[in-house]
Amino acid sequence: MSPRFAIGDRVRVREAYPPGHVRTPYFIRGKTGEVIRLLGDLPNPEELAYGRDGKPVLPLYWVKFMQTELWNDYTGVDKDTAVVEVMENWLDPLDGDTR
Amino acid sequence: MRRHHDMGGLPAGPVEQSEHDYSPWEKRVDAILRLVSDDKRKLIIVDELRRAIENLGPGAYDELSYYERWISAISNILIEKGVLSIDELGRGMEKVKARWEAAQ
Repeated sequence: MSPRFAIGDRVRVREAYPPGHVRTPYFIRGKTGEVIRLLGDLPNPEELAYGRDGKPVLPLYWVKFMQTELWNDYTGVDKDTAVVEVMENWLDPLDGDTR
Repeated sequence: MRRHHDMGGLPAGPVEQSEHDYSPWEKRVDAILRLVSDDKRKLIIVDELRRAIENLGPGAYDELSYYERWISAISNILIEKGVLSIDELGRGMEKVKARWEAAQ
């Protein structure tokens, strides 16, 4: 599967709360970040968790978030970031992104 | 809704950094997982183990130790897959308990 996003793309993590095994942590849902690395196609862990084959495979990304975006009460310096691995099915393009 | 195990960013106590020796039963749990996951058996993969640990629920998730969570999750998966029956496992646990009590 060819990746939908490229390095530098701004993305928003889907704000979804389905039941079951989900690998996208709660604290990034609905948050905006930037793709900084493509990690290749991998079986979908949400399917593997139930003993299925994880197909179709999905691109996995490193997405960088500003800590101030993740936490309202963040007291560190503004430039602090967090990088989270996110499967493509959890990412939407950011509206209005022209890059 | 945030699921209980998904606790990244929540307030937490200090990290326990001291090393400790593993008990024989903990090593055995580790060995059981390796055996049921090996290339020959392929009964459990790590994603299934994570799912089963998450599904233990908030109480068990907090109260059980690391390897207690593992063996509880492994047991549940093997029951789901029909490798073990609940009756077989329950009787086995009774036997082990009786053996342990006799040795005290």
